Amino acid sequence: MIQVSNLSKTYNGTTVLNIENLEIPKGQSFGLVGNNGAGKTTFFSLLLDLIQPSSGKITTNTIQINTDESWKTFTNSFIDETFLIGYLTPEEYFYFIGELRGWNKADVDAFLKNYEDFFNGEILNNKKYLRDLSKGNAKKAGIVGALIGKPEVIILDEPFANLDPTTQIRLKKIIKSLAEDKNTTVLVSSHDLQHTVEVSDRIVVLEKGNVVKDLVPTTETLKELEEFFSA
Amino acid sequence: MVKQFLKLEWKSFLRSSAFSSNLALKILMIFGAIYFIIVFIGLGIGSYFIMEDAGLEPFSTINKFIIYYLVFDLIIRFFFQKMPSLTIRPFLNQNIKKNSIVHYTLSKTIVSFFNFIHWFFFIPFTIVLISKGFTLEAIFWCLSILFFIYINNFLSILIDKKDAIFYIVVGIFAVFGALQYYAIFDITQYTNGFFEAFYHHSYLIVIPAALLISMYYVNFKFFKSNLYLDAGLSIKQDLATTENFTWLDQLGSLGTFLKNDIRLLKRNKRAKTTLMMSFLFLFYGLLFFTNSIEAYKNPVWKIFAGIFVSGGFLLNFGQFVPSWDSSYYPLMMTQNITYKDYLSSKWWLMVIATSITTLLASFYLFFGIESYLAILTGAIFNIGVNSHIVLLGGAYIKTPIDLTSNKNAFGDKKSFNIKTLLISLPKLALPMAIYAIGYYTLGWQYGYLFVALTGILGFAFKNKVFQMIESVYKKEKYATLEAYKQKK
Repeated sequence: MIQVSNLSKTYNGTTVLNIENLEIPKGQSFGLVGNNGAGKTTFFSLLLDLIQPSSGKITTNTIQINTDESWKTFTNSFIDETFLIGYLTPEEYFYFIGELRGWNKADVDAFLKNYEDFFNGEILNNKKYLRDLSKGNAKKAGIVGALIGKPEVIILDEPFANLDPTTQIRLKKIIKSLAEDKNTTVLVSSHDLQHTVEVSDRIVVLEKGNVVKDLVPTTETLKELEEFFSA
Repeated sequence: MVKQFLKLEWKSFLRSSAFSSNLALKILMIFGAIYFIIVFIGLGIGSYFIMEDAGLEPFSTINKFIIYYLVFDLIIRFFFQKMPSLTIRPFLNQNIKKNSIVHYTLSKTIVSFFNFIHWFFFIPFTIVLISKGFTLEAIFWCLSILFFIYINNFLSILIDKKDAIFYIVVGIFAVFGALQYYAIFDITQYTNGFFEAFYHHSYLIVIPAALLISMYYVNFKFFKSNLYLDAGLSIKQDLATTENFTWLDQLGSLGTFLKNDIRLLKRNKRAKTTLMMSFLFLFYGLLFFTNSIEAYKNPVWKIFAGIFVSGGFLLNFGQFVPSWDSSYYPLMMTQNITYKDYLSSKWWLMVIATSITTLLASFYLFFGIESYLAILTGAIFNIGVNSHIVLLGGAYIKTPIDLTSNKNAFGDKKSFNIKTLLISLPKLALPMAIYAIGYYTLGWQYGYLFVALTGILGFAFKNKVFQMIESVYKKEKYATLEAYKQKK
């Protein structure tokens, strides 16, 4: 599905990301972990053509991301609050994304029904604009927005941060169920090792822009990761 | 403590985004400030003689209009003066007494440019008064008026965020203004004497002085009792209602974007200010078509007015496309959106607004069909050519817009660069030149005809031009994303 080759990003002579070769097959649930500055967000931004690679390329479904825009039709994402339109209510935001992806209001309404638990009554019909939601609630809206339109690739940057414990558990369930769907490739980054181990089929560790570990989670994985990061 | 505060102020000044930008801008800003100061000094010195020439008694005339001067000052402050409340949050949990925080915040407003600029008018004016034989008591008059300016300063802090009070005050004075204009009731007959009294009885200065001190005290009390995150320092939240605008659904993807643009205009302070300014542009033509200003009598200015009157929205809103969407630009760049749809929705918005404005401007028919023809021609040119120019210019502006604040609506310094200047120049210069060619060779009808034809020509090449604009937007995409990340 996603093919990364000789990808690098350099700012003023400092290389912040350097991935020689990485292939993410269709349907994989891909977990990305690393400390601050490891290059997680840089990698996701490159995947979404928000920044330009210094060298190399990424293709998804054989579409080269920085030359052809058609990946947008099957990719949806939530990186940070700049993916929310502050002056919209959550409903309007969901309808907007739905319309861009060919869903009408009824489709979106039916879809949102599945996330009533996740929203915990704090998102819909609350007479609040997105800009006035708390960080956690804004994140909930953003994550669900990124699932609209049955995308084949879903990219979530640190989805667990700022969520309350109950919502974290519910989010894990959602990501796991997405992972079961073999048509959906999910990319999730996190600082939380345990969450990542739980929801991913594969875990890649970035350090200073390089892939230093590429694991298929087993019962030992969490321990291995903890040892790596405490070193 | 004071030293610490001053240090912080100095740093925030040096590091403010407007100031830390390039050298050319700094120079431009300094020139801008000097320009305003010179204008005020010029008015301060000149207005005495201007009024004298007009056969008015300068001192009593100025006292007559001070009441409106003060109300106007209040309006300007309401829209453009930054309120200090938000910047003090980081002090709350520090070892600083509440009293010092409040005193510091209030005294900070005293040195604001909004107060300071009036000195440059009233001090020269007073000097002229004294040189014209007024006694030194004019100094007391001057000080009294400046006290009123400072009273305004504190008044505007109190009514910040309280739109209702503000609009009531402005409404009352608009009524007074109208009543005076139609010679029904003249409020200045009463206020005139009031302000003049500060000269004749200099001891009366204690009135504004006492008012000022009590205003400070009221502000102090108010601020101190509201120095909580959920009180005075809270960020106002609007009660939101979901609006679906289903009638726009039939327009397809265009409707999707138009819905958001309508919500943008309705729900954000900055956008609302722009709408209001666009509305005011509608009346700009009065200066030209009433022949009240000598310099504007040249026929070429008529088309200039036509462009402004019909294009208020286009010029004010359009110049900041795509900056309006800056706070969520990454979303727009990753969603299933083509530049073409995005740009054409903005284009349609401008076309619709220009059409509405042109209809509203039909009251100019009162000044003769030729005046309205200038506006119609301007509208055609705006739709055909200027709409493309503003979209093109927008690709280079790259100023993030903070939608919730309207304090920067008065010309964004950062957005001012050579490229945008060059791109925006033809918006006005081109129709004027084309008109002049027609006017001076074949006659005024041809002036309008040529400008209108240029507009239609621009419209005919819309697709071609859009392709070009699209490629510019694509080329500028990464730079724009990077620029929008920089918060104000």
